[in-house]
Amino acid sequence: MTDAVYKGGDAPRAAARRDIGIKKRYAAEQRFRMYGIIAIAIGIFFLAALLWSVVSNGYTAFWQSSINLDVTFAENVIDPDNERATDPNALLTANYPKLATDALVAKLGVDPENRKLVREVGGLISNGVRTQLRDMVVADPSIIGTTRNVWVLASGDVDSAVKGQVNLEVDESRRKVSDQQLEWMRTMEADGVLEQRFNSGLFTRGASSRPETAGMGVAIVGSIYMMLIVLVLALPIGVAASIYLEEFAPQNKLTDLIEVNINNLAAVPSIVFGLLGLAVFINFMHLPRSASLVGGLVLTLMTLPTIIIATRAALRAVPPSIRSAALGLGASRTQTVFHHVLPLAAPGILTGTIIGLAQALGETAPLLLIGMVAFVADYPTTPLDPATALPVQIYMWANEAERAFVERTSGAIIVLLLFLAVMNITAIILRRRVERRW
Amino acid sequence: MNMLTDAAVEEALDASQKPRPLKMRGENVRVFYGEKQALFDVNLDVLENQVTALIGPSGCGKSTFLRCLNRMNDTIDICRIEGRITLDEQDIYDPRIDVVELRARVGMVFQKPNPFPKSIYENIAYGPRIHGLASKKAEFDEIVESSLQKAGLFNEVKDRLHEPGTGLSGGQQQRLCIARAIAVSPEVILMDEPCSALDPIATAKVEELIDELRENYTIVIVTHSMQQAARVSQRTAMFHLGNLVEEGPTDKMFTNPDDKRTQDYITGRFG
Repeated sequence: MTDAVYKGGDAPRAAARRDIGIKKRYAAEQRFRMYGIIAIAIGIFFLAALLWSVVSNGYTAFWQSSINLDVTFAENVIDPDNERATDPNALLTANYPKLATDALVAKLGVDPENRKLVREVGGLISNGVRTQLRDMVVADPSIIGTTRNVWVLASGDVDSAVKGQVNLEVDESRRKVSDQQLEWMRTMEADGVLEQRFNSGLFTRGASSRPETAGMGVAIVGSIYMMLIVLVLALPIGVAASIYLEEFAPQNKLTDLIEVNINNLAAVPSIVFGLLGLAVFINFMHLPRSASLVGGLVLTLMTLPTIIIATRAALRAVPPSIRSAALGLGASRTQTVFHHVLPLAAPGILTGTIIGLAQALGETAPLLLIGMVAFVADYPTTPLDPATALPVQIYMWANEAERAFVERTSGAIIVLLLFLAVMNITAIILRRRVERRW
Repeated sequence: MNMLTDAAVEEALDASQKPRPLKMRGENVRVFYGEKQALFDVNLDVLENQVTALIGPSGCGKSTFLRCLNRMNDTIDICRIEGRITLDEQDIYDPRIDVVELRARVGMVFQKPNPFPKSIYENIAYGPRIHGLASKKAEFDEIVESSLQKAGLFNEVKDRLHEPGTGLSGGQQQRLCIARAIAVSPEVILMDEPCSALDPIATAKVEELIDELRENYTIVIVTHSMQQAARVSQRTAMFHLGNLVEEGPTDKMFTNPDDKRTQDYITGRFG
């Protein structure tokens, strides 16, 4: 008799329940949470390691050693034969570095007759001083004969030495900075003549084989041109294609095929797009090589699938009831899309576009193929002029031998990351604003 | 009632029994979704200034028929419609008929309240704007106010016309949708289970509203609630498996139906 065993209350019945492993279930839940936390921790660790290595290598690139000199624009050096009125090249070809060297020789109290020492003094100053002083004279020839206080760049090797990036234990003969130069360097630092100043040239100068005068100005302009071209072309084409496919196109084999192809295109390696651009835009259409226009077109092709996929997802996320409501009121399909569906999908489209743009901004491989790995010292005035791009500039600097280019490579990476961060923050702000409108 | 003279009573009786003019008519309507036939030769008349209720179990084709009346099925690629549907004796599937104009004349209210995520004012002004019914702000203001008045919502929302329509309660949202449909001055209003997402109090308000709207509009309503059909409609049509089983005055349908299936459905034996 079971009744005899039954003592009343619900406890025996609960105990009789089948064991479905509740403890195990909770353990599994705890375990899964742990996996998640570990995964995130690994991600954060690598991100931190990346940022640390880039920033610790690169922050010094934003500072540049400069020497304060009282340069006398001596007429007998610039224009010894007094030809400048007749020969326009006289001012351009003058021996400007000698002016700076003379000034520094005077400042350091070196014997001007000692050729070897004078040459070593000259080695402290960057060769970029030639263009710097020349530009001053050409802009205002009346300064000839006067003395001006000028900040000139120290040479790249001295800059590295000042930043402590040169190993001083190496024997002097195998070092790029001599003991004598180091001694002068320390005196000048003590006197406040040699200073670390903000390196605005990093953002404004073009390519240069001397690290102290190399900048990514041309690369920034090239990247901006390309981003504008991608935005102007890829956004309208991508949005129009998505709206057609999502809202108007009939569902049949053809549209299925197009859909599969778009998804495939998004996964095509970017270097293939570079080859396509080389074949179509340069060899067939004869657009200029190394031009940001061609780069922009190639990146547009690359970004289109991303934008189309994001836009279609955003359109699909708009509830069908909104379409029914508008159609039921007598709005045409186009009115329904443009008055109701598109505004609701805008935040998603915006996010997709900016993700696509960010992807394009960091793209290097296709640009190598269309000749944007170029030594471009002058600013491109139009998108048809040769230019480089930020990631390509990083790639080129990473291949340079000088120590000073190592910090510039990291500095350029920091700038690229900042650009990406700014774009993503803009996306978030714009999205918030568009969403708040409702 | 005591205050009415006999003559007045007779007159009222006359009015209720007098056959009303025909507003919409479906003749041999057959609807196919791809290979599947959803409606079989439906013949149904919708009379002016009456509420016609379409009832029947799920999947019986009542919503499909309703959506044929303003050609909302056109938006489904695989949907094919045969037969003839007329509005004021005119075939609405005639190629010369502009579907945009048709939907302005035959408005629709959906199962789930679906206000646009815009202000209450904009929700109502949108229809008149795309149909060019008003151009000045004062005209829009008037349309908005009168539509909200007719939908019995004005007093509840008059201080927050420029706040989002999605912030209203479910019942208010559905009345906003009705006001939105009224704003384009339709002749017929189609309602697809308008109260299925509402609580009983909101339902009562909407039903009351439907009864008032009957004076100026012809209403076709799909409902799952027998009581609702009995309360608000004058005529009822019973659908089953894509066929129109029976149609007639609501009183008769609920007390003395001809068809056994109607009897069974109304008494809750299936569906």
